[in-house]
Amino acid sequence: MTATVHRPRVQPRRDGFAQTLRAEWVKFRTVRGWVVGMIVAVLAIVALGVGPSSQGSCGTHGPASDCTQTLGPGGEAVTDSFYFAHQPLDGNGSITVRMTSLTGQIPDFSGNGAGNGGPQTRSGLVPWAKAGIIIKASTSQGSAYAAMMVTGAHGVRMQYDYTGDAPGLAGAVSAASPRWLRLTRSGDALTGYDSADGTHWIKVAAVTLAGLPTAVQGGLFATSPPYWQASGGGTSVSGGSSAATGVFDHVSRRGGWAGTASANTASANTAWVGTAIGDAGGPAAGSPGSFGRADGRFTVSGSGDIAPSVSGAAGLGVTITQTLIGVFAGLIAVAVVGAMFMTAEYRRGLIRVTLAANPRRGQVLAAKAVVIAAVTFAAGLVSSTIVVTLGQRLLREHGVYVWPASTLTQLRVIVGTAAVLAVAAVIALAIGTILRRSAGAVAAVIVLIVLPYLLTVTTPLLPTGPTDWLARVTPAAAFAVQQTLIAYPQVSNVYVPSAGYYPLSPWAGLAVLCAWAAAALALAAYLLHRRDA
Amino acid sequence: MIEVTELRKRYGATQSLDGMTFRVRPGQVTGFVGPNGAGKSTTMRVILGLDAADGGTALIGGRPYRTLRHPLSHIGALLDAAALQPSRSARNHLLWLAYSQGLTARRVDEVIDQAGLRAAIRRKAGGYSLGMRQRLGIAAALLGDPPVLMLDEPFNGMDPEGISWLRGFLRALAAEGRAVLVSSHLMSELQDTADHLVVAGRGRVIADTSVQSLIAAASGDRVRLRTSASAEAISALANAGAQVTVAAPDVLLISNLSSERTVATLTAAHVPFSEVSAHRATLEDAYLQLTRDAVEFRATQAGPAAPAFPAAWVSPVTPATDAGEHVR
Repeated sequence: MTATVHRPRVQPRRDGFAQTLRAEWVKFRTVRGWVVGMIVAVLAIVALGVGPSSQGSCGTHGPASDCTQTLGPGGEAVTDSFYFAHQPLDGNGSITVRMTSLTGQIPDFSGNGAGNGGPQTRSGLVPWAKAGIIIKASTSQGSAYAAMMVTGAHGVRMQYDYTGDAPGLAGAVSAASPRWLRLTRSGDALTGYDSADGTHWIKVAAVTLAGLPTAVQGGLFATSPPYWQASGGGTSVSGGSSAATGVFDHVSRRGGWAGTASANTASANTAWVGTAIGDAGGPAAGSPGSFGRADGRFTVSGSGDIAPSVSGAAGLGVTITQTLIGVFAGLIAVAVVGAMFMTAEYRRGLIRVTLAANPRRGQVLAAKAVVIAAVTFAAGLVSSTIVVTLGQRLLREHGVYVWPASTLTQLRVIVGTAAVLAVAAVIALAIGTILRRSAGAVAAVIVLIVLPYLLTVTTPLLPTGPTDWLARVTPAAAFAVQQTLIAYPQVSNVYVPSAGYYPLSPWAGLAVLCAWAAAALALAAYLLHRRDA
Repeated sequence: MIEVTELRKRYGATQSLDGMTFRVRPGQVTGFVGPNGAGKSTTMRVILGLDAADGGTALIGGRPYRTLRHPLSHIGALLDAAALQPSRSARNHLLWLAYSQGLTARRVDEVIDQAGLRAAIRRKAGGYSLGMRQRLGIAAALLGDPPVLMLDEPFNGMDPEGISWLRGFLRALAAEGRAVLVSSHLMSELQDTADHLVVAGRGRVIADTSVQSLIAAASGDRVRLRTSASAEAISALANAGAQVTVAAPDVLLISNLSSERTVATLTAAHVPFSEVSAHRATLEDAYLQLTRDAVEFRATQAGPAAPAFPAAWVSPVTPATDAGEHVR
């Protein structure tokens, strides 16, 4: 026997996680099936995103059929249609009124009118029917404004520039319980007050409308957003236009109103002009509205809304999220690859070679997670960039109205979608480690992520309650990163995931998915340490 | 070197390791033999930190495997030649393994040449024959140029040329001062390869001995006699104080009597014989005898399963195990 003991001639370089990472990266890129799987994921997302696009009618019937939405002062899409009884205001001034009544008409779906021509209507108010006083930059749609109003179900409000909303006195208006409203203008500043008796005034809000011209329009208005009733989590919606009528008296104006140069109170011979702002248009359009006055009493009726525009049941068009419908298919491909990245090692016993090469098992799991996450993130980034940019253009070319989204929002949707795919792949890897079987792991991922996604976003079969719950606690909550619309409380709508509204904020939704991934990884690491390889 | 001390491991109702204790020393090839279920593979998995023992220790160069950094530079192991991703090329298999140890692609090419795989290295490992997979596994074990090598059944699936190559290769590795542990269930594979044997049975070591002394012990101080007059020979030799075993109708094994006294006794009794020679057991004989004893000891609970031969040799040797002239 030789007495000399062998000493390695090959001296390894420094130790570290980077080496394990490099080894796992080589493992990934040298199995063609996995690389192909990632390409399949990209192709699925792209093909479903830009492939069979829905057809719209925007711009297909000549220049006049272009689908355009009115934009508000902030550049956001707004609805601005109401009946306006107005007079010019030059410079500073104020208007005060008393309201004694707000009534309205809503469509009747009780079935009596079905098949009998036009829809029947009945008395009623939608919650956000509005009538009151308004000072507005001009009579053109989308111009800046501030208004004091009574509403169908939300008491007195001061609203301004479409997205602003502040509450005043609660409760409904009636002859027995009238509401006094006042709006004063001083330069750019508009302040709203309300009162129950015309004596004790409470300031509701003071707002600044930057760039408000000296000469503005002010007066009385009424409008009423469409009525709808939903069932089945937003899958089935029936609705129609509604109308609201407000009754005003004790109308008094001060300051630079026309015809008030010599008198504090507007004289009877001052001409009020009635204008139907905006044309609701289309089959759901209501009556254009009207106004009348008798013995100091003004009656204003109108239909429409002064509010931010919304998508979904009460709105129109699609969002850029529509272009990402292929993500669920890509998710399945990514889940298969993510699970296989680990389960393939168990299938052949290769895991023993891997864990013998690096006995720090947590490090092996971490390296695999980093590799699969990075690869999937890159694939997701490529595919979602393609569909969001190209798919958006194709939809518009096909005449579909696509909601505008800021560059930053689009960037968040693209990066967020890539992150969702990457974290989902990590979950698949972790479940693959836990179950050690590909089929079981892929099935678990589909049940955990794809199924809730389909149930909440694609085909919402469940009632709104469970759907909302699914979109909060399951990994599918992460699809909130794709939300581009803003849910406004002052606009009634079916705010459900299938309409593009998620209950959680984008990053909170992604955090839910990350929490799932962290839990799955922790369990996987624990089992990997504890079990014999 | 490898030090295995009092390893215990239970899988459900099966006590897979039951006090396994042995050492693998540098500079020699140690054969690790025993029937299926003896605990050889389990021992190797415990040595590599893959399975956790219920008790006992396994050290490589004095350290538990899980504390090793770049373990492939301390011990190279081949547990299962089939442990490959079939769609990955053989070279890429070695490449990721090398990278995980901080080694370079150049080292991969070196072990490819050592294992004689150059021609097929770009092919997918899934298309490899078992013999080629064994070579690939050996190449992987060599990556870190380790002082200790541990190969589980490396001869399986190899063609005669491959077996011959591997024997020489293992001897050469041991000659470089490495500790080499090779398991096998076929003793004949180890006959010309192993210097030392660790024989396992039922989760513990039955024998831990050099190959030379094992064969000597199994052979015993016995004489092999070929005669047509078996009955006469037995009575004459018994009278002379010998113990006689019938190995074949015309072959007797004689103990307690030297070959010289045997010839004298037979000649005096006028018993005809054609051949008298010193008996020499094969490694396989010795192994089979050992493992059978282990089973018997276990069955009767007669005591610790320590090596208990040549006393055990009183049982008749079956012709089958003694067939042929094992003169090497």
